[in-house]
This record gives sequence, C-alpha cells and structure tokens, in this order.
Amino acid sequence: MGLKKPKIKSIKYEEFQDNESLEKMAAELNANGANVILGAVDDVINWGRANSPWSLTFATSCCGIEFMAIGAARYDMARFGFEVTRPSPRQADLIMVCGTITHRMAPVLKRLYDQMAEPKYVVAVGGCAVGGGPFTKSYHVVQGVDKIIPVDVYLPGCPPRPEAFLYSMMQLQRKIKLQKFLGGVNRKEKKQK
Amino acid sequence: MDLKKRILEIAPETQFVEQGDIKAIVPSSSFYALAKKLKEDEDTSFDFLLSLTGMDFGDSLGVIYHLESTKYGHTCVLQTSTTNRENPELYSVCDLWKTANFNEREVYDFFGIRFINHPDMRRLFLRDEWNGYPFRKDYDMDSNPLNMTNEVTEDKTTELTIDAEGNVIEKENTLFDDKEYVINIGPQHPSTHGVLRFRTSLQGEIIKKIEPYCGYIHRGIEKMNENLTYPQTLALTDRLDYLSAHQNRHALCMLIEKALGVEIPERVQYIRTIMDELQRIDSHILFYSCLAMDMGAITPFTYGFRDREMILDIFEQTTGGRLIQNYNVVGGVQADIHPDFVNSVKKFIPYFRNILKEYHDIFTGNVIVHQRLKGVGVLSKEDAISFGTTGGTGRASGWACDTRKRKPYAMYDKVDFKEIVYTEGDSFARYMVRMDEMLESMKIIEQLIDNIPEGAYQVKMKPIIKVPEGSYFTSVESSRGEFGVFLESKGDKYPYRLKYRSTGLPLVAAVDTITKGGKIADLIAIGGTLDYVIPDIDR
Amino acid sequence: MFDFSVVSSWIHQFLTSVMPEGLAIFLECLVVGVCILAAYAVIAMILIYMERKICAWFQCRIGPDRVGKFGLLQLFADVIKMLIKEIVELKNTDKFLHALAPYIVILSSILAFACLPINKGMEILDFNIGVVFLVAVSSLGVIGILLAGWSSNSKYTMIGAMRSGAQIISYELSIGMCLLAVAIFTGTLQFSEIVAFQADGWLIFKGHIPAVIAFIVYLIAGNAETNRGPFDMPEAESELTAGYHTEYSGMHFGFFYLSEYLNMFIIAGVAATIFLGGWMPLHISGLEGFNAIMDYIPGFVWFFGKAFFVVFLLMWMRWTFVRLRIDQLLKFEWKILLPIGLFNLVLMILVVVFKLHF
Ligand code: SF4
Repeated sequence: MGLKKPKIKSIKYEEFQDNESLEKMAAELNANGANVILGAVDDVINWGRANSPWSLTFATSCCGIEFMAIGAARYDMARFGFEVTRPSPRQADLIMVCGTITHRMAPVLKRLYDQMAEPKYVVAVGGCAVGGGPFTKSYHVVQGVDKIIPVDVYLPGCPPRPEAFLYSMMQLQRKIKLQKFLGGVNRKEKKQK
Repeated sequence: MDLKKRILEIAPETQFVEQGDIKAIVPSSSFYALAKKLKEDEDTSFDFLLSLTGMDFGDSLGVIYHLESTKYGHTCVLQTSTTNRENPELYSVCDLWKTANFNEREVYDFFGIRFINHPDMRRLFLRDEWNGYPFRKDYDMDSNPLNMTNEVTEDKTTELTIDAEGNVIEKENTLFDDKEYVINIGPQHPSTHGVLRFRTSLQGEIIKKIEPYCGYIHRGIEKMNENLTYPQTLALTDRLDYLSAHQNRHALCMLIEKALGVEIPERVQYIRTIMDELQRIDSHILFYSCLAMDMGAITPFTYGFRDREMILDIFEQTTGGRLIQNYNVVGGVQADIHPDFVNSVKKFIPYFRNILKEYHDIFTGNVIVHQRLKGVGVLSKEDAISFGTTGGTGRASGWACDTRKRKPYAMYDKVDFKEIVYTEGDSFARYMVRMDEMLESMKIIEQLIDNIPEGAYQVKMKPIIKVPEGSYFTSVESSRGEFGVFLESKGDKYPYRLKYRSTGLPLVAAVDTITKGGKIADLIAIGGTLDYVIPDIDR
Repeated sequence: MFDFSVVSSWIHQFLTSVMPEGLAIFLECLVVGVCILAAYAVIAMILIYMERKICAWFQCRIGPDRVGKFGLLQLFADVIKMLIKEIVELKNTDKFLHALAPYIVILSSILAFACLPINKGMEILDFNIGVVFLVAVSSLGVIGILLAGWSSNSKYTMIGAMRSGAQIISYELSIGMCLLAVAIFTGTLQFSEIVAFQADGWLIFKGHIPAVIAFIVYLIAGNAETNRGPFDMPEAESELTAGYHTEYSGMHFGFFYLSEYLNMFIIAGVAATIFLGGWMPLHISGLEGFNAIMDYIPGFVWFFGKAFFVVFLLMWMRWTFVRLRIDQLLKFEWKILLPIGLFNLVLMILVVVFKLHF
C-alpha cells in the first residue's frame, strides 16, 4: 500500500523539502496497519485540525516582529486558516517559539507548553529557537528549544522571512495530516493517573 | 568653568586618566559626596545620569558614571572602585538619580557589587539562585546549567544601611505584603511587547504599585562581546533593539571609528543618515500599530504594517535583510546602495505623507483615543530627566533631549529639522511626538536623498582591528532614545568591556511612577506609548 | 405574504390524527428544539465567517480563502478541531461550576434566540410578555460569565468576570429603556404584535425622532451587552489575555466563542424586529405596485437581511473603534446613555399622547 501523500494547495508534494522524515514518521505510525474506517474518520479530523491551527501569541524577541508581519496585510496568514492567535495557552493549538529562549524564560515556556490542551504542536522559529542562533556562546541562552519541549517543525533563519513562516506552517499541516488522532498516537503527554 | 578644578576641590584625591575620553577616578569614600555636590551645585548641575557601567578591572571592581547636565550640556565621566572582591560595597546614588536604582541592581547582578543605601538590592536580570556573577572575568561559564524548576518570587528584599557606629548592616524591606491583591502581568502577555513581567498590586482596577521583572530575554550580549573581535561584535547590535538596527550599529561603528581616528567618506555619512531615518520611520509606524493593537483596535495595526512593508522593501533592496540588516561596518557600509534606492525612497515619501493623514483620521481623531490617552500617565520633566527617559518619552515631557541636536553626528548638523517637544508629558503627548517625528524624518531624508555624493562606500580597514587603550563613549539617537555605547579597551583585538546604554531600561524603571493611580487599561496604554523593546532592556 | 403557520398547523393536524395529542406535541417540541439548535449553529458559523471576511476587508487583507472555495469550509475545520480538542482539567477549581458555566451562557442565548420571530407564523416562543422574557433570559448569560470567572480560580478571569458583571448590568438598563419606549409606542410586549404593528411602516420611520434615538442607543448598549469591541472589556485581549474564559479550552471555550456571535445576532435580530419591522417587507403607502412586489419576497429573507445589516453595523463599530476603559465605560452608560434613554422615554410618551407619529 502506497503512502498517502498529504496535499497542500498549489504546492506539489515533491517540491517540499525533507519529505523523507515525513515518510518515516508516516511509516512508523502505520506500522501496525491502518484500519480503513478509523482511517477515514482520521482523515476528516486531520483535515480539520490541519486547517485550523491557532497559534499562541508568543514572541520573545526579533522573530516576533516578523510573526506580527505575517498576521498583517501583506502576508495575511488568515488565508490559510491560521487566523486567530489566542493569548491564552489553553485555547491555542500551536506554539510558535519566536525568538531566543533564555534560562530564565525556559521554565515559563515549559509551563506554557504544559498548559496547552492536546493536541499541540511546536514550531521553533529562527536560529535562536532552533539551536541558540547567534547566542550559542552565551551563558544565559538555551541552545535550542528542543532541549525543553518537543519540536515539530524547525524553521531556521535570523529572522526567517514571512514566506518561510508560511512554509513552516504548511509543513506542519502536512505532518498533522499524516497523524492518527484516534488511538492517541500523537498525544504528547501521557494522561496522569 | 573648569570642571577638573571643581572636582579636585571637592575630592582632592581624584586622579585623571586621559586615554580616550577623560575620566576622573574618585576614591569610593568620597564618591557619594562628590556626586551629590556635582548634581546639586548650581553651576555644575549634573542632573542626568546618562550611563552607569559596572567594570571588572581585574584587581578591583568598579563603576563608571557618565554624567551630563541638561542645563549646560557639559559632561563628565567618573569612576570609582573597590578592591574587595569578596564583598565589594560601594555607595548608592539612587537617591540622586532615580535611574541609578535599576542600573545599580544590574551592576549587582553582573558583578556582585552591593550598593549601600540602595533600597532594593536584588538581582535584576538573572534568577535569584544564580551562582556567581557572570561579568566578572573569573566567572566560570559552566557554573549554571539550565535550571528548569519554576522560579519562586520573593516578596522581601534587602537593603544595606550604615548604623550609628558606621558599620554596614542588612535590613529587610517588603515589596508586597500578604494582604495585597497582586496580579502577574507577563512574561507571556500580549501587550508587554515581549517578555517583560510586571507584578501589579491592585485595588479593584486601580494600580497601587508595579514591580517590573526583567531578564526573560537577557542574552548576555555584552559578555559575549568580550570574546569577539570588533567586526564580530557588530553582528549582535542589530539584535538588541531590532527596531533600531541601523542606529545601534551606527553607534558602535562610530565609536570604533572615533577611537581609531578614521575619517568617514561623505557618501557613507549620507547613506547612514538616510538609513537611520528610514529606520526611525519604520519603528514609529510599528509603535503606532502596536499602540493601536494594545488599545483594542486591530484595523490601524494592519494599516501600519501594510505601509511598513514598503520601508522593508527599500531596506531589502539594499541590505538584503528585512528586520536585521547588518549594514553598517567599521569604516563604511557593507555594500553600495541599490541603483533603485533613491527612486524608491522618493516614491515612498509622498505616499507616506498622504497615508499619515489616514492614520490620524482613524486613530488620532477618535474620541475614545483622546479619552484614553489625554492626561493619563503623566511624567514630569524632572522625573523624566532623573529617570533618564530619553527619546520620545523625554521629549513629550518637555525635555529637549534629542541626541541629534545635542551632540550632532553624521549629517545631522547639516540638515534642517525641528526637534519635536511637547510639554504635557502624558500618553497623548508621547504618541504625538512620534507621529510628528515621522514628518521630520521625512524632511531630513528629502534634504539628503537627492544629493548623495559620489565616492567610496567604505574605507579599507586593516583585517584585524585593534582599538587603542582607553575608554570611549558615543551615542546616537535611536528610534526610542539615546543609545550609547561604552567601550573600555586594553589595546587588544577584543574589547575589554563593551556596554550598551539601553534606551528601554529607564522607561521600565519609570513605569511604576507613571502608572501609579491609573487603571489596568492605562498600564497597557502607557506601556504602548513608552514604546520599549525588551531585548534592548535585557541585552 | 407566505404564512408559516399554515405549515405548522398542517403538521400538527397530521400528527394528532395518527397519535395522541400529548405525544404529538412532544414530538413537535423535539423537532423544533433540534431545528433551533441547528439554526443556532449555522447562524453562528455564518457570522464567524462573515466577521472574518469583513474584518479582512476592513484591514486590506483577503481573509480565509484556502480551505474550500473562498474559505467557505474554514469554519468546519475550526469546528472539527474545537470538538476534538482536549478539555483541560484544572486543579483547585470548582469543577462542577467550571463545567456548568459555558452551558449557562449558551442556554441563555439559545432561549433568547428562540424569541425571535423569523417569519410570519414562525415564532417559537411568542407570548404577551415576550420582550420582558427576552430581556430576562438574555441577562442569564451574565451568571454564566461570572461563574466562569470565579470558578476558574485565576485572577485574570476574576477581573474579567467582575468587569463583565458591572458592564452588562449597567447596559441592560439602557436596553430596557429602549424596549420600553417601543412598548409604549406599540402598546404591546408581544413580538408578533410588534411586528404586526409595523405593517404600514417600520417603527423607525413611524416613530421618527424618538425611535431613531432609541435605535441608536439600543445599538450601542446592545454592542456592550455582547461584550464586543469597543466594549470588550471582559475579554480585553491585550489586558486580561482572554478575560473570563482564559482557562477554558476545547468545546467549552467553543461555547463562549459561539455564544458571543449568537448574542450579537440576537441583538441585531431584536433591533431588526422592533425597529426595522422584522419580517415585514418594506411598504410605502401609496405605491401599491411596489408593495405588492415587496410582498413576494418571503418574510425570513427580510428578517435575515435586516438582521445581517445590523450585524454589519456592529462589526463596523468593532473594527473601527478603540477599546474604552472600564470607568469610562460605566460613566458613558450612567451619565450619557441612560439619561438619553430616560429623556427619550418621555419624548416617546409625548409623541404617543399627542399623536405626533405617522
Ligand atoms: S533568530 Fe535572529 S531574529 Fe530570531 S530571535 Fe534570534 S537573533 Fe532574533
């Protein structure tokens, strides 16, 4: 059975980068075979989730300004369904870590992440969030947010261009579309007893 | 008046060092008396503490003060130090200049120098349980691994005072007592413009007290600079206050050029000035947008961003970057301007003049805006000077503090522009200052854009830059105030200490004074009009 | 004019002929209930879509256009996502009240929604004190908001809830004044009769000055009732993060989100009903031909047309103005809006007594 390929309007599957890790992820998820009916339901759910990731209003520094720019007139992320940014982590699906995360901020970020409701995603935006960026030598900067929280999409750049933001969102959409919601495979935190 | 003589009269043991800027080295015992006299005497009246820099001299720890008189415009640099590295103590000047409060906490945080008579000796940027003092030269970089426990906020703080016998004793002060209704605004909050945290004590909706907590984006840029060569240090200035990227870098380049004694071609001066002003317009548009958004109007926000994109396009054409451009270099600029640069700037200016009217229509003219901003958050001129709130905030309080006029650099003494000064000191004045400044900036650009002289865009520099020994200070008018750079050089290819005068730290220090008695909603509007950028505060 | 009561009485007769009356009525109630809920959801979705598009239009953006043609499916995606989102359980809160609050809010807005006469003969709740009933149930919502704020055990939600309480209770008065003025003019509190009264001209034309004043005051107060900008104090994104519903996630948050839009629709619907003639077509006396043509357009089209027009006005307000401050908001109500309302009431009485209306 061939792998189903997530479709994004007007960009071909082959034109996306890093399809390998996407395929790897899908292969792992489908290792036990897929249930046809559940699969269909999953597709609908995933379609919904992929098209409506609301991000948390979270920005620590420079990259945040570019994040604001994609919400505004020229780049307008509302077109893709990322319309709403929620200031409350409980209502957000996605956290875009825009900017440097310092040691003092790290526990706060972790806490914000914990406060979010499942399913939740993380995009590490900018060199700083990916791996410390220009501040790798600093004594007070976390060398990449993946040290603290699991990251779904890495978006390098300093700061990334708004187009790159949109691209990273599309990559995230592709990832969501492949996941299985039913069965809780993509639940990031185990339910506490 | 001979300043040297005056200083010697008050503190006879003072020595003067004439490497770079003239510096007076004052023994710590007589420092406070000298500072007080210098501030209060009619003919010196140093009422503005421009910058307060902690230093590790190796054998001793010290502080360097840059003073300025707003009345006469003269400046002086004082230095005091203590050799006790175990338990360094100096006298606080925070009762003379209010801005010293936060600056001394910063010095305590970085160097461990404790200030006697400072009411609130806590760390400013780092966590309370941080080991050691990172800016000391003997600090072990690995001594503080990432600590993921949640931070506990103490309600108590210590003060060092001198008792009757002259011994230093510790006293406990309370920040918030148990009965107060304290809410926590930030660090992740939509309108703190980043990761600033305010603990706010409320009575109903009325603010009783605000305690700012900084450091959530403290990246240690100044410390990193000590291990970077001069050209490398340039890369980090853009990231400080990313809305004044050009101006910040301009300041550092200017400083190094001044120390090296390099003559800068006229073409470069033109380009730098135009870029600075474009950047200022860019920043002020963002100010407008964010203020509108903070106050609940999203539409002006998108208008602002729509027009800001045009400036970004111009930047991008020439520098390749939208936000962070890395354009100025020591001795010139990175690359020549794009052939279309002049044209696009000339197209932009009339367009933007027109669009500014629209801004005023949709936002400034609105009754609710007047209600929300007029008479709210008044900062008096004395307080503005004492806190050192330069930039739009100072000018709204009637303090003519524009560096472009006070200490002209680049082309600013050759162009004709007005310094916008309002006297009300309220939020509305702060808002209007920025709106009017955009017009002035456009005026400056218009005067320059047609006459950019031909010539080189860069002076050839030696591959390894070594700044002669001494201490240097330069400042420029960034988008939100006087951005200063202080450099202590030992003649190496690395700076010994590089310190940036943050434009935002004084603003945050003043928040408590400005908002007292206001409502929560006022805090947001005041925060919007103060227009600080957090990474610039935390550095 | 198409009369929906023909259909409903036919159904009723049919049902009673095959089953006992009690069962028939029960069945009818069930069907009506389901219809209300469906209409509720559909209208809320239309409104959200409309708001996104309108706000994009105001802001020189495009708005949703990727998901489905013109972004029409965007809302379904949002709903699916909201439905499957985890509902976070909080420690140290009153779990029962916390879960109850969104239902109270949604219940009150559904009840109020049921009062609106959509077409001739298509009133669901229609009795002689309809207006009073509507005011009563729509203000139930504030209990839900207060509960939400209090039970979340967070300071932000608490402040949001308190603001909301103060705001809604104050502005209710102005709404009451406007409705009272209408009641004086029409002499009835029943929605269907208010609409019938406007058969020869909409109230806003018949009642001229006092009616126009009442309409404007009603729009302002109504906007405040729904907690929408410039009166969105209780949520005030930039001040209180998300106000009283900061701690809600998943569908519970969805309920608040939906009810906000529906409340807006209810305000608009009531405005359309009592000031703009509800499902009554536009009649101009003297132009019989024109009136006859207007009568061909079904009533519910008129009703929705008018309601959405008012909704558009409300959105226009929302996307243009800056948020007020809480004390200014209360001052505005008690010192400006309420006196105007009272004065207008007197004016209306004078108009009615001296027969100065058309
Ligand atoms: S990646 Fe670059 S632009 Fe982004 S936060 Fe870091 S330094 Fe700033």
